[in-house]
Amino acid sequence: MSDNIIEIRNVTKTYGAKDAVKNASLNIKRGEFVTLLGPSGCGKTTTLRMIAGFEMPTSGQIIFDGEDITNLPPHLRRVNTVFQKYALFPHLNVFNNIAFGLKMKLIPNGTKTNRKGEEVQLYRKYTKAEIKAKVDNALRMVDLEDYGHRGVSSLSGGQQQRVAIARAIVNEPEVLLLDEPLGALDLKMRKDMQLELMDMHKRLGITFVYVTHDQEEALTMSDKIVVMRDGVIQQIATPETVYDEPANAFVADFIGESNILSGVMLEDYKVEFADTVFECVDKGFKRNEPIDVIIRPEDLKIRDKDNPKTILTATVLSSVFKGDHYQVTLMAGENELIAHDTATYEVGSTVGLYIKPFDLHIMHKARVINEIDTEMAEENAVWISDGKFECNCPFEAGTPVRVKVDFDDVIITDDEEDGVIGATVVSSIYKGSYYQCIVRTDDYYDFFVDTDDDWLKGDRVGINIAPEKIIVERREVTDEAENAAPAPVADQTEESPFAEENAAAPSPEEDRKSEEAGE
Amino acid sequence: MTNTAAASVSRPKRRFKLTKRVFSYPYVLFMLLFVVIPLVMILVNAFLDTDNNLTLDNFADFFTDSSSLIILANSLLVGVITTAICLIIGYPLSYILSKMPSGRVLVLFYVLPMWVNFLIRTLATKAIFIAMDVNLGMGTVIFGMVYNYLPFMILPLHTTLSSIDRSYIEAAQDLGADNSTVFLKTVLPLSVSGIISGITMVFIPTISTFAISQLLSNGKIFLFGDSIQMKFEQGLYGVGSIMSLVMLVFVLVSNFIINRAGRKSGLSIGRSLW
Repeated sequence: MSDNIIEIRNVTKTYGAKDAVKNASLNIKRGEFVTLLGPSGCGKTTTLRMIAGFEMPTSGQIIFDGEDITNLPPHLRRVNTVFQKYALFPHLNVFNNIAFGLKMKLIPNGTKTNRKGEEVQLYRKYTKAEIKAKVDNALRMVDLEDYGHRGVSSLSGGQQQRVAIARAIVNEPEVLLLDEPLGALDLKMRKDMQLELMDMHKRLGITFVYVTHDQEEALTMSDKIVVMRDGVIQQIATPETVYDEPANAFVADFIGESNILSGVMLEDYKVEFADTVFECVDKGFKRNEPIDVIIRPEDLKIRDKDNPKTILTATVLSSVFKGDHYQVTLMAGENELIAHDTATYEVGSTVGLYIKPFDLHIMHKARVINEIDTEMAEENAVWISDGKFECNCPFEAGTPVRVKVDFDDVIITDDEEDGVIGATVVSSIYKGSYYQCIVRTDDYYDFFVDTDDDWLKGDRVGINIAPEKIIVERREVTDEAENAAPAPVADQTEESPFAEENAAAPSPEEDRKSEEAGE
Repeated sequence: MTNTAAASVSRPKRRFKLTKRVFSYPYVLFMLLFVVIPLVMILVNAFLDTDNNLTLDNFADFFTDSSSLIILANSLLVGVITTAICLIIGYPLSYILSKMPSGRVLVLFYVLPMWVNFLIRTLATKAIFIAMDVNLGMGTVIFGMVYNYLPFMILPLHTTLSSIDRSYIEAAQDLGADNSTVFLKTVLPLSVSGIISGITMVFIPTISTFAISQLLSNGKIFLFGDSIQMKFEQGLYGVGSIMSLVMLVFVLVSNFIINRAGRKSGLSIGRSLW
């Protein structure tokens, strides 16, 4: 038997036409503290609810301890859940809330031989005394010894939280599922509970699966972080790796602050960005491949501009005190950079910057050009997502073509009506001197757009493309191009525009719905 | 500044001020006219004989008249049976409706008959029974009662059942409860407030109802409400008043008992209509 307690195999969950979770695969080891992390509507709660049994996967398998539990109802699963809003029974007091599960539990009670000579396992219920001992023990564990007789509505948020945890752990589950359990607590209480939960995890030695949107919480508590976005697992790794080696720009942007810049990999160990050539520790990229460079603010060292180590000079735009550091905003050429430093610098002064080769994180670009497989609408016009875009191309109507548009040739208009087609802004990531936005058309094609403006997530915008900027190629029609198989490893989905194109991702409204269902 | 202040002080303070209290005046007036005064009249009448002399004979008349007491007992029995049937029909129905996405609309269909005057409905029911050649008697009376009061059971039950948070049910499932245990240990206790207000809204009107029993039993079955009405028609204001007072006491007592039962089961959740 493997040491995986839970294996999620290619699980997809679809609500209506939208996928809440897309082809997710994940192994959880016995005793691990695993955190599902992502913005709201990313499918993390849905994943947890599928493990608990409240949602059935549309496709895929969930394996628990080597057993397929995909279709097992929740009350037969050996997991317990701490709900986001605790869901303590208002008609029972603290003691009875905690004893709820114990009163129903059947425990093995020896065996007997039946008439056919077969051994039959006998079961019995816990006795009152046993239940009392266990509940008292659980109450002691969460520091609420004297609260057994209290009604749950008379407890504070933190105390209700503890009761919810006690109610789950008293059943001695093999896996404890926690759905944003600290979301309703204030900051101080949250910090305390984080430590307590970590301590409890150590003492109990059981597996914790934790859902949160708080990246700091995830980094603090987890053995393993699963970063999700739009129902797709972006990265599964230790907190250190997720922070230091984010799998893509989204993860880097979501986990902590970071500077994300576009650059070119000149050759192995040499990268150029911000008009400067840097040494780095990465290799194996194509020559002159366009890449994203990620630099954590604390890795950007500010020096005297005459310091021999200085690689890059920059002007200080602002310096803001943040308690344990100053956040210094710098302008290096056309790129805006953020650095964390213990000292402050005069605004307008010129400083030198130094980055250790080890601290430059280089990643493949998710996409270098927008590619759409479509067909001609008429001579000199091509279909893109229900919109007829003018282009300079003499192919006749109906010709299958592949259209390519550079990121900075896609023009977003504020008013949806001004564009040839409408789209929704899905994300906007600052890349030093410009924003890289992803706008999703109504038929779920994601356009990558480089713009000077920060577009608000969820806004409706129009898309225009100048006719001379549309590159049209004739396309051979094959089945493969139409239906690229979904990438088996979720991380790669970012790199395959087809997966994004074919798989419908939840719209903001649908997100909310599924989240609600999740809570 | 000082000028205006002085002016306002010198002005007589008899100006009408529109305070919150003013808005209650019409209601207070209404209560006085239609609740307090009639009650006082009943109370006074109860101690007067036909010649307007102070007497306690009315009490003696009522409590020694076995037929009146039987009618009272009958009324209570009909009330209990009607309430029980309403609950037995209403609870599963409300439960199913609360689980359906279109439940809110369907509840309306059950409430719809209430928009027709109850006398018209009862007469129509009677006509149907006669057309179907059904013997009018206790059965038809109870049918009419249930038909009339079922919406009052369904409404509070549906409100309570549909406001039960799904997470409680999931929590119970998560802790190892199968479907029937989930119902018995969470849904049922959490809907007690709805049951209580449903019972209140059915039982109290049924014990005091009139006309329904008379119409649907061809005058064979006489309930307390009917006999109060008859006493007043016969000009026996004294006995009628006594009976009204007895009725009032029963309503208050049952209300008190039902409320106590509700409080005992520790209900802080769910909204009730009462």
